[in-house]
Amino acid sequence: MAHLVVHKEFLNRENISKALTACPFAGLEEKDGALFFTAGCKMCGLCVKNGPAGLITKEEDPVAAPYVDKSLWNGVAVYADHNGPTLHNVTFELIGKARELASVTKQPVYALLAGSGLDEAAQTLLHYGVDKVFVYDYPQLAEFLIEPYANVFEDFIRKVRPSSVLVGATNLGRTLAPRVAARFRTGLTADCTKLLMKENTDLVQIRPAFGGNIMAQIVTPNNRPQFCTVRYKVFAAPEREQTPCGSVERMSVPPERLETLVKIISTKRKEQTVDISEADVIVACGRGFKKQEDTALAAVLAELLGAQLACSRPLAEAAWFDPRHQIGLSGRTVHAKLIITLGVSGKVQFAAGMKGSDCIVAVNSDPHAQIFDIAHYAVVGDLYEIVPKLTDICREAKKHAVS
Amino acid sequence: MEILVCVKQVPGSSAVEVDPVTGILKREGVSSKLNPYDLFAIETALSLRERYGGTVRALSMGPPQAKAALLETVWMGVDSGVLLSDHAFGGADCLATSYALSQAVRKMAPWDLLLCGKQTTDGDTAQVGSELAEELGVPNIGNAISIEMADGHSLVVTQNLDDRIVTALVPLPCLVCTDAGVNTPRLPSYRRSLAAGENSVTTLTLADLEDRDPRHYGLPGSATNVERIFPPDKNKDRQVLTGTSAELAAAVGDLLKQKKFI
Repeated sequence: MAHLVVHKEFLNRENISKALTACPFAGLEEKDGALFFTAGCKMCGLCVKNGPAGLITKEEDPVAAPYVDKSLWNGVAVYADHNGPTLHNVTFELIGKARELASVTKQPVYALLAGSGLDEAAQTLLHYGVDKVFVYDYPQLAEFLIEPYANVFEDFIRKVRPSSVLVGATNLGRTLAPRVAARFRTGLTADCTKLLMKENTDLVQIRPAFGGNIMAQIVTPNNRPQFCTVRYKVFAAPEREQTPCGSVERMSVPPERLETLVKIISTKRKEQTVDISEADVIVACGRGFKKQEDTALAAVLAELLGAQLACSRPLAEAAWFDPRHQIGLSGRTVHAKLIITLGVSGKVQFAAGMKGSDCIVAVNSDPHAQIFDIAHYAVVGDLYEIVPKLTDICREAKKHAVS
Repeated sequence: MEILVCVKQVPGSSAVEVDPVTGILKREGVSSKLNPYDLFAIETALSLRERYGGTVRALSMGPPQAKAALLETVWMGVDSGVLLSDHAFGGADCLATSYALSQAVRKMAPWDLLLCGKQTTDGDTAQVGSELAEELGVPNIGNAISIEMADGHSLVVTQNLDDRIVTALVPLPCLVCTDAGVNTPRLPSYRRSLAAGENSVTTLTLADLEDRDPRHYGLPGSATNVERIFPPDKNKDRQVLTGTSAELAAAVGDLLKQKKFI
């Protein structure tokens, strides 16, 4: 840990104003000719780097705050998200990543499975390279209820003591993981797009940060376990092994740990709407479209390509599209064979939701648009002219294919 | 019903960029706004107050400037705001943030319902609501699409839970995070903006909290540590296509044919 120190001997009007402009987060304020850090400070160190030389320095604290004996925490655990006997695909993706991470420190991979009627799901997990599946199988866990689920998660951590815990960033995972992380007063990093393991078992978590265009590398150096969430389709799922390996251990908790005053009144399965995360071909619209009606251009092209129509955040916020069609950190993550972006600027948050796609064709009139940084084919031009022409080409090609 | 709504002031746009050469943050424009996801929570709170009575108070942690965001909630119809602001809170991660908020919430007792938005547009973690519920030891529901009073002691909350919609009876006190787009947030009222004085927002500092140990807040109270920040990867083997619109359309058409998409 470190803290920032203002060296008073360098305080003068010019230096103060330089320091204030060096901070993008309103983390500094001036009061009576002195500088103070506010609650806006993110400890990014930019005031040290870009501010007046010597005015602010970052001082390492000699003693790491709370000491944790890392050797007492072993293994990489995956929370197995499921609906009844069907495991959510993100679970397999996380197990694949957990195996990679655990191999660095030669530690086991665990899965935590909580619910009711889980024999089949537990067996399935053994085909994906989990060393041990810990099962909490109780009728009281048939529906997701925050308190009992957090309690069995806590029980698992106290008994198994995993070093890292990976949770799928589903709505359920995003509600459950923070609750458990806070219970252990430990770190939780949301929506990681890259994970690495250090020799000392510190999990290196990389995610887009600060509202967009920056990647942050985050560690939890003094606490265990280290929690992170990862979205569906960010990592690749491993192949299913023919022969299962590993074992299943049934866990138990005292009955009062399964109690809650929350009562489920009804559960309704959502209608099967088309999920853009599953789409092979996607046409995505951005702010390059001037009016909602104009997105019809994209809709026609999408139809010809058999593609799903998607959008960036501003268009979902403007209610031009249903939020379920939104790509990005606040929307869906896609892994398409082909994605054509039209007038999308391509902020990191959007890019994080689609850059795993095999072929990215980006159309944007701004040659410096960020989307071109990740595109495989950067088409610099006006979508209003290109899209209708491309639509004609696709229509022609289709006609030939049919005849 | 006594309702608290947690809100945050966020950058007005994501204009923060990293210089790819120097790795230094570029800063353009420092406008701020009320986190758009919080608007749905505020609207939910105000409409609950209209139907069932009570008060709505807003709470935010941030630098002194964040008072503007709280004033905006007052202009929307919130009764009063509390700004939690202290040098000791700087550098807080989700854990330290939720802990500080929990301390403020304890000071704001009594309350029945704590509402939060889905996530913020700057951090995008969607974690603070759930962590705050844990700190307070109350049940929490995420991604709520509707909230009704069942009786004086509990709510009926409908939740968007991935592949299913779940309706539950939730006892008060509890914490609920609203999903995005669940209502149409009202606009700040000009009349209220004239009527609401500066004193509709009060400030709490570390000294006002029950736990005054600075090691539990801000950077010292955080479990995560940002090791470095860097610009995202660029795709090095990209092809840039330029030309007239007709040439560009033809080039993309050829590409799609070659890759057998058409």
